[in-house]
Amino acid sequence: MSEHVDIDKQVRVYFLVFGALMVCTLITVGAAALDVSMPVAITIGLFIASIKASLVACFFMHLIDEKRVIYLALGLTVALFVVLLALPILTSFTDQVGDFERVEAPAPH
Amino acid sequence: MEIPYTIEAHPETGLNNGKIGIWLFLASEVMLFGALFATFIMLRLGADGNWGAMQEEAELNVPLATLNTAVLIGSSLTMVMAWASLMRGQLARFRLFGWATVGCGGIFLVIKYFEYTAKFAHDHYPESNTFLAIYFAMTGLHALHVIGGMAWNAYFAGPGSKLFHRNRQWLTDRVEHSGLFWHFVDLIWIFLFPVFYLL
Repeated sequence: MSEHVDIDKQVRVYFLVFGALMVCTLITVGAAALDVSMPVAITIGLFIASIKASLVACFFMHLIDEKRVIYLALGLTVALFVVLLALPILTSFTDQVGDFERVEAPAPH
Repeated sequence: MEIPYTIEAHPETGLNNGKIGIWLFLASEVMLFGALFATFIMLRLGADGNWGAMQEEAELNVPLATLNTAVLIGSSLTMVMAWASLMRGQLARFRLFGWATVGCGGIFLVIKYFEYTAKFAHDHYPESNTFLAIYFAMTGLHALHVIGGMAWNAYFAGPGSKLFHRNRQWLTDRVEHSGLFWHFVDLIWIFLFPVFYLL
């Protein structure tokens, strides 16, 4: 019985999250029509997308109440993901891409 | 020989094999899509101001993509409702929500088909420009994941649901794992939608 009550509570949360995701989608589309500079538009768009992704991960994927091992594995994944995304951004500030010194291959013996 | 911890949790981790397995798989998926998002950033930063022109030339259909976003969010709701139905011991409702999830995936793919064919009708192919190349690569890979998730859910809503009578907890766990994959696919689209269609 108590399991049923818990599930009933969770189902109510699922519907609330669904509503929030739909509203956020409409806000994303509306915000894209605003006359703002591209960096601001990208920040707004990705901020709303991050909120939506957090809602899906926390409630639909039950990450809000998960075991420590999962958090550790995902923490490592997020760290590597950030490095992956940071690499092209960092290289764009250096002008070093494709500017490596050419090294001649050693002559065959 | 029986494989240990298929249903009961391992005393050290508090998780069964399937739960750990699906999360590690999703971690690898994060890196797969992460590499493509990194490629996207690299291409966009390296486009020297031509990105907007390429994006305009592609003429992506924002209303259709918004509809697809709503369909996929709706499918995430039916997916958790399928799992919740199993938790309540309601097999018929589980199957109903399971097939609803598969149906939403089908609607998503049909809409995507119309989007793709409209592009091809205007001679817009992956080789047309850099924007279209990464657009087709990422949305195409995502669509393959939708097909995979549909097959997985169709199995459990169809023949796989017989497990309910033999071992209800096992079926519930397996549906939770297929749900985790499905929600991940939804999560990826949540980023693909603004990145390609709106920004």
